[in-house]
Formats: sequence, C-alpha cells, structure tokens
Amino acid sequence: MAFSRRGLLAAAAAAPLLMRVEDALAQGIQPKRGGTLNSIVNPEPPVLHVGVNNQAPTLIVGGKIFQGLLRYDAKLNPMPELAKRWEVSPDGLEYTFHLQENVKFHDGQPMTADDVVFSIMKFHMEVSPRARGVFARIKEGVAVNPTTAKFTLSAPFEPFLLMFDVTVSAIVPKHLFDGQDYRQAPAVSKPIGTGPFRFVEWQRGNFIRLERFADYWKPGQPYLDAIIYRVVPDSQSRRLALESGQVQLTQSNDIEPFDVPQMRARPNLEVRTEGWEYFGPLMWMEFNHRVKPLDDVRVRRALTMAVNRDFIAQRLWFGIGKPATGPFHSATRFYDGTAKSAAFNVEEAKKLLDAAGLKPNGQGVRFAIKHMSLPYGEVFTRLGEFLRQSFRQVGVELQLESVDVGTWAQRTAAWEFDTTINYLYQYGDPTLGVERSYVSTNIKKILFSNVAGYSNPKVDELFTQGRDSADPKVRQTAFSAVQKILVEEAPLLWLLEMSFPSIYDKKLQNVITSGSGIHACFDDVFLA
Amino acid sequence: MELSKLPGYLLGRLVKAAIVILAIVVCNFFLIHAAPGDPASIIAGQSGAADARFLEQLRAQFGLDQPLYVQLWIYLKGVLTLDLGFSHRQQVAVASLLWDRLPATLLLTGAAFVFALSVGVAMGALAALRVGTWGDSIITVLALTFYATPLFWVGLMLVLLFSVTLEWLPSFGMASVGVDLHGIDVVLDVAKHLLLPALTLGLFYVAVYARLSRATMLEVADQDFVKTARAKGVPEGRILRRHILRNALLPIITFAGIQAGQLIGGSILVETVFAWPGIGRLAFEALLARDYQVLMGVFFCTSVMVVLFNLITDLLYAVVDPRVEVSA
Repeated sequence: MAFSRRGLLAAAAAAPLLMRVEDALAQGIQPKRGGTLNSIVNPEPPVLHVGVNNQAPTLIVGGKIFQGLLRYDAKLNPMPELAKRWEVSPDGLEYTFHLQENVKFHDGQPMTADDVVFSIMKFHMEVSPRARGVFARIKEGVAVNPTTAKFTLSAPFEPFLLMFDVTVSAIVPKHLFDGQDYRQAPAVSKPIGTGPFRFVEWQRGNFIRLERFADYWKPGQPYLDAIIYRVVPDSQSRRLALESGQVQLTQSNDIEPFDVPQMRARPNLEVRTEGWEYFGPLMWMEFNHRVKPLDDVRVRRALTMAVNRDFIAQRLWFGIGKPATGPFHSATRFYDGTAKSAAFNVEEAKKLLDAAGLKPNGQGVRFAIKHMSLPYGEVFTRLGEFLRQSFRQVGVELQLESVDVGTWAQRTAAWEFDTTINYLYQYGDPTLGVERSYVSTNIKKILFSNVAGYSNPKVDELFTQGRDSADPKVRQTAFSAVQKILVEEAPLLWLLEMSFPSIYDKKLQNVITSGSGIHACFDDVFLA
Repeated sequence: MELSKLPGYLLGRLVKAAIVILAIVVCNFFLIHAAPGDPASIIAGQSGAADARFLEQLRAQFGLDQPLYVQLWIYLKGVLTLDLGFSHRQQVAVASLLWDRLPATLLLTGAAFVFALSVGVAMGALAALRVGTWGDSIITVLALTFYATPLFWVGLMLVLLFSVTLEWLPSFGMASVGVDLHGIDVVLDVAKHLLLPALTLGLFYVAVYARLSRATMLEVADQDFVKTARAKGVPEGRILRRHILRNALLPIITFAGIQAGQLIGGSILVETVFAWPGIGRLAFEALLARDYQVLMGVFFCTSVMVVLFNLITDLLYAVVDPRVEVSA
C-alpha cells in the first residue's frame, strides 16, 4: 500500500485523541455551565424519533433526546449509559442489565426496567428492521425488579452486547406507546426520552430546538442550556455559517470533503474524523453479477486493479477516511489485515482482461458498462468521473448515469444497474453488518441485501459458522477464511473506509468521546 | 367595462378554472406516481437497513398498498372537501405544513415582487426618458447583467460581501433563533434576514421589468396622441404619468400577473442558498423524498394561485385600458 507523505500526515492528524471529562479536568479545563450550541442538521429529518426513523440526521439529533443502555468506545468496548453495569452468564445466554437510579423521562415519569423490556421486546422489534433481526433471538425478556432487566437468548449470540447503543435500541417510554400503533403515536412527533436535552420546538425548514432537561439523572449535567440545529440545505451556505461563527458545530455530510482542508487551516476550528468506529461505514462499487462480463472473477479482479484507492482517499475525500483493504472495515471486529484485495496495477489488469478473452476493439475498448452515480452530493459525481477515467486506462468504458435518490433506491433494489456506488454501516461486527452483503440467502430485491447477486456456498457456510459460534476464536478463524475468499473473488470493488468530519469551534469541549462520536448525548459537552 | 356583465363573466371563468384545476390535480397525480421509487423505498434507503416486512409496513401506513385508482379517488375526495391529506413521512397534515411555510414564502416573494416592480419600472422609465444618453446605457447594462447572472451565484456573492466580509447581515435563516426579541426588534431582525434573499430574487425581475418598460414606453412615446398632448402644452411630467406610462402598463401587468401567480411557489434556489423556510424548498424536498401528498398539495395551491392571478390580470386590463372588454 503506497501511502503518500501527505496521506501519512493526514492519517497522523486523524489519530484518535479521545478526550473525556476527566482528561479535560486533568488539563485544567473546568466544565462550565450555560450557553447555547448552534449547529446544523442536514438533510432535515422527517421525524425525530430514533427507531421509527433511522436516518443519520434523526440519529444525531435524536441521540440528544434519547439514550441507550450502553455506549461504546473507539475499540467497541461497551461503556455504561442507562445501564450502570451488566453481566453475561458463562453459557452466553443470559444478559442482565442493572440500570442507573433516578432516571426520568422528559414528561416526569420514572424510567424502569419495564420500559427497557418494552423497548427491546416490543418497540424495536416492531419498527426497526435491523433490531428485529437480532432481538428475534431473545427467548425471554423480563423486568426482574425496577432497576434490573434480564434477557435470555435461545442460542448464544456473541455480538449481542453491541446492540444497545442509542442509535440501535433507544429506551422509549412504555406508557406513551403501549397499545398504540407505534409509528403513528403522538409521541413520535413529540419525542420523549431520558436524554440530557428535551425536545422543545421544531419549525420545519428552519430549526430544531432542544433545551436542557433539568431532571437529568447525572447531577449538574448537562452543561449546555440548549442546542439549536439549523436547517441549511446548501453546502456552501453551511460552510459560510461555520466560517462566520453563526454555528459552532457541523457534522456528518454538512461540509463537503473538498471544503475540509480550508476548515483545517482556520485557527479557531477543530476538525476531527474519528467517532465513526461503531458504524464502520465501508464504500464500494456494486457489481451486478447478472450482467456480463461482471460474472467473470477475472474481470472483477481486473477492475479492482484498475482503481487507485489511495487517490480516492487522498484526492477526492481529502484524507477523510482510509483506502479500503477488503470487505471488512478495519474498525470492525475480526478484521484480518493480511487479506487484502488486489493492489492497483494497470498492466496486470490488462493481462487479466486479455485472459478473459476481452480484447480491445479499434478504439481500444474491450467492453462498456453503465454506472449509476450515487446521488449523495458533489463528491460522488467526482468519484464517478474518476472511475470512468480509471477504467478507460484498461480499455473498459464506463457510461455514467445521473439519477435522484428515489430512482437510485428503486433501481438498486430491483437489480436494474450494471454498477453503482453504495456504502453500508458494518455496526462493529461482521454478523451484524458484513454478512448481509455476501450470503446467498440474502439475495433479495431489497436495498442493502446482496443486490449484487454474489453466491458462494463456502462463504455462506463460513458466515454461518461465525454467526452461530459463541467462541471469539472460532469466529476469528471463520471470518479470516471468509475475508481471504472474498478478496480473491472480488464480488464488490471496495473503495473507502469512510469517515465524516466533525468540525467545531475550539471553545466547544468533549464533542467526540466515543466510537459513535457525534451521536453521543452531549451531557458532558460544554463551551469553555 | 359594463358592471352588469361582470357576475356572469366571473361565474363562467370560475367554472372553467375549477375544471382546469381538477385536470391539473389528476395530471399531477399520475406524473408524480410515474417517477421511479416510492416513499417507502426512499426511507429504507436512507435508514441503511430494510427487510420485506419494513417495506410492507411503510407502504400500508402510507396507503400505497391500494390500487392507483383507489388512491386517486381518495385524494380527489379529499381535495373536493379541501382536505389536502397527511404526510405520513413527516407525521404532519399537509395543510399545516403548507400553512407553516406560507408566511415565509409570501414575505420573501412579496418583498421581491414589490422591489422588482417598483425599481424595475422606475429604471425603465428613467432609461426611456434619457434614451441614448449615458444614464440609459448604464441602466441597460445593469439590467442585462442582472438578467444574465445566475441567481444562486448572485446570492452567494452577496453573502460573501455582506455577511462574511462586512459582517453586516446574517447569511441564512429567517430570524435569529435562541435570542429573546420583542416588538420592533423582531421586525428589524426579520428585515435584516430578508434583505439579501429578497434582493437576490428580485434582481432578475428588476431586469425584466426595466427592459420591458423601457421598450414599451419608447414605443408609446412615439405615438400621435403623445405628440398632440405635448402640442397643446401638457407638462412633461403629466405626459409621462398619464399618457405614456399608463399606456405602457399593459405588457407590464401581463408579466406581473405571471410573476404574482408564482408568488406562492417560492423560489427553490434562493430558499436553498439562504436556508429560507419557504414552500419552494418544501416542494423540492418532497419531490426528492417522493412525499406524494405534500407535493400534490403544493401543486394544488400553486395552480389555484396561477388561475386566480390570470383572472385578476384580465380584470386589471379592463381597469387600466377601457378599450379592453371582459367577456366569457
């Protein structure tokens, strides 16, 4: 892997520098009460209820209103949130959570183990496709006493403890949902959680206003009086709002990657790219294996060799994120760094295409395929153009198609594409976030399934082994083997381990303190 | 215009208008449903996870599991009782979404409209009076520049100058959020926020009105009745107001009628650049999210406005120019 010097510098600048309240105290920065944080939300979420809607903006704003049982550090170790401690039985079947005392919902009702059991066993089972896939394995969930909840699995499931972040299974008030249609209950448009900030006002198209919850269970916290999320739809206007100090924090896709270097250069702004480890977003080029010659492994390997992934990371994303090495994000558990997809090599790529019987015609073109650009902003258009250029070097013509979000979602789900770009969260564990893209049982006409149509019985078997074993060693063996097979067969063209810049005024403290970064509840954030 | 004819004329026009609007509603319905993708698949795409049950649940909730003609019938029934439906995506009634955005939209487009009409016609009149002089050239060049420059670029440049460099005006939003203001301060705050977007939106129309009024005024100024007026010693100012401008107004009214019809639709570009919470953005975002009910609601309101303003324009013709008669 050929890192440029600039790349190394960018990587060093992005090294995790997690600072918690204790660290800040050690450095002599006393948390200060008061102040309003102005930030940006983009795109505007349709509703703010985490669970009913799981779009990134909903999770970022909703993450201040709601909390989960646990949160996670950058290495994905669980840390206490609404659960102050937890035990797992030696057979890996029983999970017992001991809850914090004196936790109240924003309507003044106490939060108890009943709410926890309701949230996990009923609410998220009903509304969240991702949660129900895992929570369906729970045989029984009971509230042992008001501060203890116990879940018994029908079979061991090693990644179970990763499922309790606010972004997956926020604890919701049972008394406001039980017996109603969860998606249409009044509490969806007026969200009530246990978080440090309560929902106050939402002028659509304008701003969302959250205010300090006085009865928050951590005494003296949160430090901020209010958080205001302004809706600013244009990326250049967002940049101006940040530069002029009208907002003190931007996150996620707010600032385009090509604007980030200028933000780094400003002395009053801090740019951080960590805080996405829990999600592990991996971006790839989707091949439709039903389209010839993409069914030929030699062609897919050749196309992999034709693309310089370092260039994408450094020149298109300006060092935000890292070149992908294979099907696993390097923050995902059981990542095997020895399994690497074919390196950038134009000459080898041409030889492979020759071997596949695809000779160039008079214009030097071996074959043409279409590419549906991902309609998520300017940078993906640039990526499409770069890929077209890269493929042209090996004699493959990539014809770009522009579509809007609705068309992209519909055509990708219906397998109506040759190639496209997609990125998926891996959620820290291959069983939770990687398996779905490769196993043949998940070849479905639904987004985020195996829409490529890749199928290999050995891969299916290894993913099943990894899923069903309670032993991390067995899982590592299975997942290492599967990574080796996948990088050889190149079912997809992995491009980038994505990250997103959190940019904020240096006066703002404790912004990124966990593996889920900007989604944290901000009860320890303060303006110095 | 004979007043006795008016009620019959109005009735005829209103019946026609109702038929036109109904046809527009039906066309919109099919056009919107012809776009690939539906709200459920978009929510699935934005959530990063989906299963068959999730899509089924959403489609049932949104009423998309019904046959298309049933959906159309339900919608038409709603429209006839002035019920614009419910945005399931946003869990809010469409009427309330539109109603929330209406003041902001009318404030922006109304301010731009008044600004464009007054400044544009004044510039045009001035240029026509001083035709062939430096003043005329400067106005013409300015108008051409406004006319040819893309709106979003003008907006960004204004922001760079007035918000970033000079720090006089806020760069986005409609009012300061999180500060406690009362009375006149609220008005001033909104006015400060309004200035740049209204200017940006208005500049293009200033150019249109300036060019239009200059051309028609020059044309009218050459006609015999103006010469007659001048010959019998009517003062120049009075000639300009009563004889030239009034007769030059017809094309301007035509164009103002078209612009007024668009008032409620807002402006997607300007609203986006300045993060103005108007209806244009609501419609654009609803389109991208395939939020059918919201989009049809916006289309319905704008088509009603266009039809209404066409009628008002026709009536105004008759007021300004007695030679024009109303007839159904």
